[in-house]
Amino acid sequence: MSMAIETQGLGKRYTLGLHSSGNLREAVAGAARRPLQTIGRRRRRADSHDHLWALRDVSIEIADGEVVGLIGHNGAGKSTFLKLISRITEPSAGWAEVTGRTGSLLEVGTGFHPELTGRENVFLNGAILGMRRSEIRRRFDEIVEFAEVERFLDTPVKRYSSGMSVRLAFSVAAHLEPEILLVDEVLAVGDASFQRRSLARMGEVAKEGRTVVFVSHNLAIIRALCERGVLLENGGVVVDAPADEAIDEYLRRLERSASDDLLARTDRKPKTGSESRVRRVAVCDDASGQSDVVVAGRTAKVVVEVTEVLPDMHCRLILVNSLGQPVASLNSEVDSPQDTRDAELGRRIECELKSLPLLPGRYRVDVRIEAREKTHDSLQAAAYFDVEPGVLSGRPMPPQGSDGDVMLDHAWRLPG
Amino acid sequence: MEQMTASQPARAAETAPRPETIRLQPTRGFGRVLAPRELWRYRDLAFQIAARDITVRYRQTALGAAWAVLQPVGFMLVFTLFFGNLAGISSNGLPYALFSLSGLVAWTFFSTVLTLAADSLVVNTALVSKIYFPRIFIPAGVLAAGLVDLAISLTILLAVVLIWGYAPGIAILALPLLIAMMLATTLGVGSALAALNVRYRDIRYVVPFAIQMWLFLTPIVYPTSSLSQPWQTISAINPMVGVVEGFRWSTLGSGSAPLDLIGVSALSALVLLFAGLAYFDRVERSFADLI
Repeated sequence: MSMAIETQGLGKRYTLGLHSSGNLREAVAGAARRPLQTIGRRRRRADSHDHLWALRDVSIEIADGEVVGLIGHNGAGKSTFLKLISRITEPSAGWAEVTGRTGSLLEVGTGFHPELTGRENVFLNGAILGMRRSEIRRRFDEIVEFAEVERFLDTPVKRYSSGMSVRLAFSVAAHLEPEILLVDEVLAVGDASFQRRSLARMGEVAKEGRTVVFVSHNLAIIRALCERGVLLENGGVVVDAPADEAIDEYLRRLERSASDDLLARTDRKPKTGSESRVRRVAVCDDASGQSDVVVAGRTAKVVVEVTEVLPDMHCRLILVNSLGQPVASLNSEVDSPQDTRDAELGRRIECELKSLPLLPGRYRVDVRIEAREKTHDSLQAAAYFDVEPGVLSGRPMPPQGSDGDVMLDHAWRLPG
Repeated sequence: MEQMTASQPARAAETAPRPETIRLQPTRGFGRVLAPRELWRYRDLAFQIAARDITVRYRQTALGAAWAVLQPVGFMLVFTLFFGNLAGISSNGLPYALFSLSGLVAWTFFSTVLTLAADSLVVNTALVSKIYFPRIFIPAGVLAAGLVDLAISLTILLAVVLIWGYAPGIAILALPLLIAMMLATTLGVGSALAALNVRYRDIRYVVPFAIQMWLFLTPIVYPTSSLSQPWQTISAINPMVGVVEGFRWSTLGSGSAPLDLIGVSALSALVLLFAGLAYFDRVERSFADLI
C-alpha cells in the first residue's frame, strides 16, 4: 500500500508571549546590548515555558485513498497538523513525507478579492488552491453551475451577498482535484441546502479514491464520511482507530474532562492574557436542585462560576447534542427584559431555561466568557447533562431516538 | 541545507505514475527564494497574483492609468518652479522640466513600488497564513504591477522629450539595463522590508520617512555633477544615482555616458538584490507563524 502521508516524530513548537511578534525597539536594544550574540546568531534559547508544542511527536501513516477524520478539543493540534502537511508552516521537529498535490480547504474564500469579478476570482482562487489554469478552464462551467452564480460572473465580488460569495468560494474548492484533500470545518458555511450539497460533494471526492484528511467538530459528519478516526490530545495522537471507535473514545474523554476541575483544563482559549476563567459549570433541575439530570418540560438552570467578575461581562452557552451538533446558542449579550442583575450571585452567572424543550438524551455545554469585545475564556464540554423524558405543555415528549433534538411548544387543529 | 528533498520512493514502482514525494522537515539556512524548480511549479499562481495586482490597481482608482503620469508630471511642475526657477539649481544645461521629469519617472516607480511592497505581506495575511506558495511572489507581484505604470510614464517621457526637440539617440539602448538595475534594487529592498514588516510592524512608519530621505540622496532635483569627486562616484553606492543619471543620459541623449556611476550602482544593486532576497529567504519559514 502506498502512503500519501507519512510522518515520523512530527512536531511544531510555537513561541508564546511577546517574543513571537516582537517590536523593533526591543530588537534594536537587544542587538545593542548583546552585539556579539546577535552577530553570532547564538542567542540564548528562551526558557522552556515560553514555548508551546502545538503538535508533538506525531508518527502516522495515511495510505492513498484513505479518508481520515481528525478529532479532538480546541488546541489539540488538529489544525496545526493540517498546516504542516499543507506546508503553510514548517515543522520544528521530525519529518513528514507527502506524496501528491495537497489541496487545503483550510478556509473557504481565502484570497477572494472584493474588487475582482466572480470570473476573475475563480481563476485567482483556483490558482491559490493549487489548480493549473488549464484545469480551472476545463471545470469552469461546473464550478459556476454548482455555485449558482451564472448571472453575476462579471460583477465584482464586493457586490455579492455573503451567501453568494461563500457558495462560489466553496464551489472552487470543491472542484479541486488534488491527490490529497485537507479539509478544516468548511462545511459549516452556507444555508442548509448548500451544506447538504457540499456534504454530498465531499462524499463523492472521498469515493473517487482520493485521500482526505478531515477536521471537524461535527462528529456526525466525521462518522458519515471517514473510515478512520485519529484522536489528538495536547498535540499527540491518543487514539487511531476506526472512526466510530475513535469518536466514542473522544466522547468518553470529553465527559471525563467535564467532571474534572475546570480550572485545571488546558484546552481553552485564549491561552494567555485572560482576566477571568470558568471555574465550574453545572446544569440542574430548578425544582429538585439535582445536578446533571434535568427533566424535559420543567425549568432547568445552567450555573456558571467564574474566577473574576469583570465589568460588562457576558456569557455565551452552546448546547450540543451527543453527535457534536449544536442545538441552541444562548447569549447574555443580547438582553431581554427578563434578565436581571443581582449582586448576591457573587461570581455566579445563572441561565434559566423555562420548560426545557430538549428531547431526552445526553447533551453538553460549551461556554464562553466575554467582556468588552474580548474573549476571556472559551471551553468546550464544560458540563454534561442528561435530559429525562417529560411533558411540554401537557404533551409527552417523543422517546429518545426521534428526529431532531428539540420539541416545540405547539398545538394542532384537526378536522372532526 | 536543502529545504525539501524530492525523491521517488522505491515503492513507486507498484502503481502507474506516482506523484513525487515531498519531504517536509525543519530547515536551516538558505534555498527557498532561489529554488527555481519550486518557483516554476507555482508559476500559475505567480501569474494570477500579478494579474490581480494589476487589475485591482487600475480598477479601484477613478483615474486609473492617469496616476502613472500625473504623479511625475505634477512633481516636475513643482520642482521646475521652485528648484529650477526660484532656487536656480543647475540642470546641466538641460531644460529643468526635462531634467527633473526623466529622473522622476524612475523615482516614482521606485518609491511607489517600495511602499506597496513593504506592506504587501501584511496586506496578504489571509493568503500567507492559509495557503502555501513561494512567498516571494507577493512582493514580486507588486513589482510586476508597477511595471505597467512604468511603461506608461516612460512613453509619456519619451513623447515629451521628442516634442521638446531632443532625440534620445543610441543611448536609449541602455534603458533596459538601467530598468533592470532599478528592478533589482526595488525587489531586494522591497522584499526585505516586506519581511521585516511581518516581524516589526513599525516598519510601515519607517518606510515613508526613509523614502523621503532617499529622495534627497538621489539626484532628482540636482545633478550629480554638483558634487565634487570622489563624492560623485561614492554617491553611486545608492543604486538610484546610477539609474537616475543613466535615465537622463539615455532618454535625453545628452552629455557623455555616466559609466562610472552606472558601474558602481549596478554592483550595488546586485548586492542589495541578493542581500534582500537572502534576508527574505532566512525569515520566510516563520511568516505564517508571526503574521
